[in-house]
Amino acid sequence: MDTKDQTVAVAMSGGVDSSTVAAMLCARGHNVIGLTLQLWNQRRLARHDGVPEAVQGRCCSLDDVYDARYVAEKLGIPYYVVNQESRFEHDVVQPFVEEYLSGRTPIPCSLCNNHLKFDQLLITARQIGADLLATGHYARNEYDGHSGRWILKRPADLSKDQTYFLFGLTQEQLSRTLFPLGEMRKPEVREEARRTGLRLFEKPDSQEICFIPGGDYKLFLDAYLDEQGEAIPDTAGELVTTSGEVVGTHDGIHNFTVGQRKGSGIATGSPLYVLEIRGDKRQVVVGGADELLSPRLRARRLNWIAIDDLREPLRVSVKIRHRHEAAPALVEKVSDDEVLVTFDTPQRAVTPGQAAVFFDGDVVLGGGWIL
Amino acid sequence: MRRVYLDNNATSPLLPEVFEAMRPYFLEKFGNASSIHQQGQQARAAVENAREHLAELLNCRAAEIVFTSGGTEGDNLALFGLVSPGDHVITSAIEHHAVLNACKRLESLGCDVTYLPVDGRALIDPHDVKRALRSNTKLISIIFGNNETGVLQDVGEIGKIAAEADVYFHTDAVQAAGKVPIDVKKIACDLLTLTAHKMHGPIGAGALFVRKGTLLQPMMYGGRHERSRRAGTENLPGIVGLGKAAEIARNGFSDGSVDRMASLRNQVEKTVVETLDKVRVNSVGAPRVPNTTNIVFDCLEGEAMVIALDLKGLSVSTGAACSSGAIEPSHVLTAMGLSPDRARASIRFSLGKQNTADDIGFALQLIPEVVTRLRELSPVYKRAVSSRA
Repeated sequence: MDTKDQTVAVAMSGGVDSSTVAAMLCARGHNVIGLTLQLWNQRRLARHDGVPEAVQGRCCSLDDVYDARYVAEKLGIPYYVVNQESRFEHDVVQPFVEEYLSGRTPIPCSLCNNHLKFDQLLITARQIGADLLATGHYARNEYDGHSGRWILKRPADLSKDQTYFLFGLTQEQLSRTLFPLGEMRKPEVREEARRTGLRLFEKPDSQEICFIPGGDYKLFLDAYLDEQGEAIPDTAGELVTTSGEVVGTHDGIHNFTVGQRKGSGIATGSPLYVLEIRGDKRQVVVGGADELLSPRLRARRLNWIAIDDLREPLRVSVKIRHRHEAAPALVEKVSDDEVLVTFDTPQRAVTPGQAAVFFDGDVVLGGGWIL
Repeated sequence: MRRVYLDNNATSPLLPEVFEAMRPYFLEKFGNASSIHQQGQQARAAVENAREHLAELLNCRAAEIVFTSGGTEGDNLALFGLVSPGDHVITSAIEHHAVLNACKRLESLGCDVTYLPVDGRALIDPHDVKRALRSNTKLISIIFGNNETGVLQDVGEIGKIAAEADVYFHTDAVQAAGKVPIDVKKIACDLLTLTAHKMHGPIGAGALFVRKGTLLQPMMYGGRHERSRRAGTENLPGIVGLGKAAEIARNGFSDGSVDRMASLRNQVEKTVVETLDKVRVNSVGAPRVPNTTNIVFDCLEGEAMVIALDLKGLSVSTGAACSSGAIEPSHVLTAMGLSPDRARASIRFSLGKQNTADDIGFALQLIPEVVTRLRELSPVYKRAVSSRA
């Protein structure tokens, strides 16, 4: 696709990746507009106990906007901050809080991609005259003439693969998106940034959830609910084994994630893990490492990318969390919007609230949310 | 690319005559107005000459003018200079943040503040001012011309009420000065804030009118500048620029430049309303400054419209410059009853004396084109149109 004459909006976070994308597109002769999504006021909860006052090197911190603005100015491109704080809170932060409080483990980055970056930001980009939106995600997309569909593929640098968070993209969104880093490795990106003269080429990667300073989500839940004039609902209850035996108590289901180590067995002394969180009964089910293995999972709210629908059972490999080696499985429909995934080998810690993303080699077939 | 600037309420370009008047005071005519020597005397003469121009603009005595750094300082000096813990202040919900946040601070220091509501046109009912009076009311502070809508309050009536009640009356005239004639005797205000850069003067210079006999505590302590009301070496070039801008502003009421601005503003409103559906001028029925119009373009995000227009060469804003990028929709527009969505869909066009009929023609060609594109891509607009069909 020749995109040279097209106007491209770049989603600039102030980090190395998206800054380099902007520089590369300028070098290729595109008409480039820089946009930064302002999603969360990092100082908002700073008054609360334990929440760090100064947050550096994080999305939406003033430092990052400053860095993005510096890059835009250096490249000589128009640059704007687009404020979507209220939408982010409604579509990402609130569901994140609700999921934790009901005993699931949410992925805010996917929600943000679906609702903010590739939805609202793409709309804004097109409204202001851009044909395409480019981001610094490590992923590849291309039009497949054979199937007549836009497909999403894993990037050249598999250690930076972000396709897991992108399974919700629609055909329309994929057709208007550029992932210029898809063929590059991270060291090459830093080298490109250095070569272009971007002084932030050594800026560390962001690792954590952007709106949770310090990465302590329990602290965030406390501070956020307190700000809303609410308290964390009392979900204290029992620790039980799979056979129903009560082996202890816990002080709230939001403190647990499936797969997390939880003390040792009284009789055996072998490590115990969280197997399941029963939100309605306030129970946390614990057991040995062997019990953490699941032969299957169910997923809902599906999105298909490489195929228009799942018509018959399909051999795929499945990722059940971001850092998971895709496992071979059979995926089949059990209803209009629910699939059953049966692994060839049982997988550890299938976690409700996370996504199951289906691959055919490098190609993302689609995905859904684990029940 | 051609660029047209219609954001003169944020700041207005320096007129060349103003710059020429200032230039020597940066260079050969430098001086500290408090010095005894020739440079000092020259500087003093220039400062006092500027003070005369301000006095003429406001119809007051030169000694009643205190030079400041601008609108925010003037508002703060008026409020903190008069009000003490235990006092009551009457203000409105549509003040500039320089007054609103100063009032919040006064509240935290132990003052009571009443924030008067406005009607659908953003007008304050003077009867509400009267009804809000208490035995400990020290000050009434009401904005003269609003920065977002341009609405002019009935400051004459409010001044009467204040005088009858023997309460100080301050008005923030930052957006009114130079756009409508101001006579502090007729308004009967005790304090009035203005700034140079909203009337084609330099940023960093302003004035506070302080009626003779008003005991004002300074905010900054130092030398006896400005009759001990505002310490600090006078900003010589800035004050000269302010004086020149005031002189030009005063002439503007008779030389036709204000009328021309008003007719161009009216042309913007008329054309936008005639060419586009789902648009409405905020505060259209109220008395307004002649350069400002605030228009709701339903079903779109003002922020995206400002960016789209900027990329095509037209500078406008969603409201107060300091509100841009903020989460909350304009407090002025919501106070007059607009929903948050409509407040966010509102755009302010504010003209200056430099704007020509050609500029307005350029803007009026661009606006419908951009609004149409934005709406075509707006899920909200699509829903609104299909539900109506």
